Amino acid sequence: MADIKLTDLTKSYGPTEVLHHIEGDINDGEFIVIVGPSGCGKSTLLRMVAGLETVSSGEIQIGGKRVNELEPSARDIAMVFQNYALYPHMSVRENMAYGLKIRKLSKAEINRRVEEAADILEIREYLDRKPRQLSGGQRQRVAMGRAIVRDPQVFLFDEPLSNLDAKLRVQMRLEIRKLQQRLGVTSIYVTHDQVEAMTLGDRLMVLNGGYVEQFGTPIELYDRPASVFVAGFIGSPAMNFVPATSDNGVATLPNDAQVSTSLGGHSGSVLIGLRPEHLIPDDAGAISIDVEMVEQLGANTLLHGTLSGTDHAMVASVAGHVTADGDSQHRFRIAPDLVHLFDLQTEKRLAI
Amino acid sequence: MVENRPLANFITHLVLVLGVIAIALPIWITFVAATHDEIRMAQAPLPLWPGNQLWINLKQTLFGTGLSGTETAPVWLMLFNSLSMALMISLGKIAISLLSAFAIVYFKFPFRMTCFWMIFITLMLPVEVRILPTFEVVANLGMLNSYWGLSIPLIASATATFMFRQVFLTVPDEMLESARIDGAGPMRFFWDILLPLSRTNIAALFVILFIFGWNQYLWPLLITTDTSMTTIVMSIKQMLEAAEQSPQWNIIMTTALLAMIPPIFVVISMQKLFVQGLTETDK
Ligand SMILES: Nc1ncnc2c1ncn2[C@@H]1O[C@H](COP(=O)(O)OP(=O)(O)O)[C@@H](O)[C@H]1O
Ligand SMILES: [Mg+2]
Repeated sequence: MADIKLTDLTKSYGPTEVLHHIEGDINDGEFIVIVGPSGCGKSTLLRMVAGLETVSSGEIQIGGKRVNELEPSARDIAMVFQNYALYPHMSVRENMAYGLKIRKLSKAEINRRVEEAADILEIREYLDRKPRQLSGGQRQRVAMGRAIVRDPQVFLFDEPLSNLDAKLRVQMRLEIRKLQQRLGVTSIYVTHDQVEAMTLGDRLMVLNGGYVEQFGTPIELYDRPASVFVAGFIGSPAMNFVPATSDNGVATLPNDAQVSTSLGGHSGSVLIGLRPEHLIPDDAGAISIDVEMVEQLGANTLLHGTLSGTDHAMVASVAGHVTADGDSQHRFRIAPDLVHLFDLQTEKRLAI
Repeated sequence: MVENRPLANFITHLVLVLGVIAIALPIWITFVAATHDEIRMAQAPLPLWPGNQLWINLKQTLFGTGLSGTETAPVWLMLFNSLSMALMISLGKIAISLLSAFAIVYFKFPFRMTCFWMIFITLMLPVEVRILPTFEVVANLGMLNSYWGLSIPLIASATATFMFRQVFLTVPDEMLESARIDGAGPMRFFWDILLPLSRTNIAALFVILFIFGWNQYLWPLLITTDTSMTTIVMSIKQMLEAAEQSPQWNIIMTTALLAMIPPIFVVISMQKLFVQGLTETDK
């Protein structure tokens, strides 16, 4: 078990820098999810922690020890790959035992560990099969088993569920979470799926274009997104953004509607963010939407349209069933402390 | 194709049957000739059905001293020489190509691509082209009339290196990364992961190279002067020329028959792996 410390970490391929000054402290036993769109550098960061990519500058510490120069096998980590990377010519048992065999553990100890892991993952009956004789979900379990038997200080996962079908993905997600809590091993998990990130992580590191946008708990990210990017990335359906002028706790929308905010003492142009689920139907509300399309989801209803009098797209999520025909106007209110304000230029959150 | 067109069917079958006859008839004639005695083989017309002399011919060919009037090594020794040469060439080629492909694919060293292209260019230099300088080198190294001399100059192989390079490139990177995390060093990865994954390709290549080695003619002819180093393919040619009197077809054909057996054995015993090795693509 160990904490991980990333200090001013950068990664360049030739002249192109793909990760910029990453900082992050990961506590012992924590489950960290690195999330971001494809190509933002998530895998690269994870692979640097694993020792599969060199560090261009900065430092990685695991358990208080600098590991920049250590081989992957010397870092006491285990990794689960997206395509599982099981050795095709070895049985499940041999796959799991391979690393232990190299570390010259005794036969008895190897067997004990393999069988213990097989029991945890319920793959005991497949131990003598070859990977190609297993389904995707079973291979996924074997890949996890191979990580568990090593009894490492850190688990690293690179999009381990993205090759599974939707239902299995949800099930395995829960199992990974339970397993991690049970074993208490510090884990870093990479995904591009924000739902997966929100449900799995103790804390999320949101990456965008090689920069850390925000590093915090799922609730912090949802309640107080540090930037327009995070605000738009976390939450589904995505947050609505409308330019506005803010003046001491009141924001004026492009259609002159006025919304009160909790940001006193500030004036100037801003971008305000309104989550669809925070818009509450109210005939006297300030925000009016020309609804163009209605999406019935059962538990709630999504109203798609534009901010009345403008062409800014807006979505509202309303509890229960709402029958509305296209081309109708709906009014909403929003609590002042749920209005997010961002600087128009830097796209960073304005203090509160 | 599931269409049923009688004429097309007839033609395809005709072509197949003709093909089989073209290949099988000479073999049949060889076999028949190996079962008659010398006198019968000297008369026309040639027999088309087996006689009863196979056993005697085999004994005389394998353990005798060759054709009457010449002093050559017994054929069992030639078979052994050919087998040694073919095995040394095929196993040597496989070992060297595996290692060089491994170096080229998995190690970053200066002039890596230069090395690759240099190996590749040797494709244009088969032994026939460089036969004189190669002979010179082998002679200076004192390897004339030895198994080393027979096999070493034929061992370097660009084709096999290139093939293994392609095979290794299909192995996902994660396999190496996984092995690195498991603590396997480069040679361990090579032995434990890469070799088993290339098993079928190695088998396919072995079949091809074994036959290549077995059929070598020019090089052994050049490099061996001692009759005890004669290979079987050489000896068949020599037998045809050697006899002052009419050729002893029964002995020559028995030798030819014996020369066919090891390649056939290799092909048949490795057939399954051979086909897999040439067709299977995923690792
Ligand atoms: N070996 C490499 N050489 C050059 N650029 C690379 C290499 N690996 C990754 N990159 C670049 O680094 C960026 C981040 O890649 P990656 O970490 O794989 O993204 P993610 O996993 O978030 O989708 C991408 O823009 C990619 O093109
Ligand atoms: Mg990735």
